[in-house]
Amino acid sequence: MTPSAYTPAPRRRFNVGERVRVKVANPPGHRRTPSYIRGKEGAIERVCGCFPNPEELAYGFDGEPKRVLYRVRFKQQDVWSGYDALAEDFVELEIYEHWLDPA
Amino acid sequence: MSATHDHHPQEKDEGPPSEHEIMSRAMQELLEEKGLITSEQVRRRMELFEQEFPQRGSRVVAHAWADPAFRKRLLADGKAACAQWGLELEADRLIAVENTPQVHNVVVCTLCSCYPRALLGMPPTWYKSESYRRRVVREPRAVLKEFGTLIPGHVSIRVHDSNADMRYVVVPMRPSGTEGWTEEQLASILTRDTLVGVALPKV
Repeated sequence: MTPSAYTPAPRRRFNVGERVRVKVANPPGHRRTPSYIRGKEGAIERVCGCFPNPEELAYGFDGEPKRVLYRVRFKQQDVWSGYDALAEDFVELEIYEHWLDPA
Repeated sequence: MSATHDHHPQEKDEGPPSEHEIMSRAMQELLEEKGLITSEQVRRRMELFEQEFPQRGSRVVAHAWADPAFRKRLLADGKAACAQWGLELEADRLIAVENTPQVHNVVVCTLCSCYPRALLGMPPTWYKSESYRRRVVREPRAVLKEFGTLIPGHVSIRVHDSNADMRYVVVPMRPSGTEGWTEEQLASILTRDTLVGVALPKV
């Protein structure tokens, strides 16, 4: 089997379908969680696997320990106040586990 | 200035080099001096990005249109499906997302310009623009309309922000009138913009 996006993450905190909320925090430095999604609530769409932490890699560290990366699906209406279209319009982002809390 | 000769300030090749161009050049010269890379290797990488990689996305999705089993594998695990088909995608983790009569997909990177380069080559200027990155996440229908792509009101839109380690390619719906086409013919209508999701393939 060739290397895959879906490397196992056996010790993960969340499973597909679970509701999560992105942490509200404004730490300095290189962060991969866009500001617009902080504090928003969504559902785990898939588990992407474990990856070296890009917030450490950015400064020349080795990115260990690896972090679990999830794709999280958010309703556009929950992200933008006054979003004027279908309730089934979504925005999906990749969020590292340390940025997520159970909703 | 004629309509066919648009001015792209980011693509100018005249005038003094930017700070980043100078840094990049200096870095390359240092690496060459230390014998870690050669200018031939750099040239070859640029050639791959500009000539070979942009062809791959169309070929992969054309194959997915033609071969339902491959399509299924591609949607389940893009990188593994491509590898099995003989296409190694280097470091990219690929997620293929399919358009259906109910769902239209569009890709952006709001943080910078992450893009499936191994499948589509270098991102176009508009993809890197602050305007596209800022707006397509919050008003995708309006932005798609500006690209000439009208998504019916009953079709839901999924915006994929490739903000971390995954890369995305859209698998558009195969238009009617393409029955019996070869994969090469199919690839010809799978343009870059259809694979990013800002356009629909046209016969």
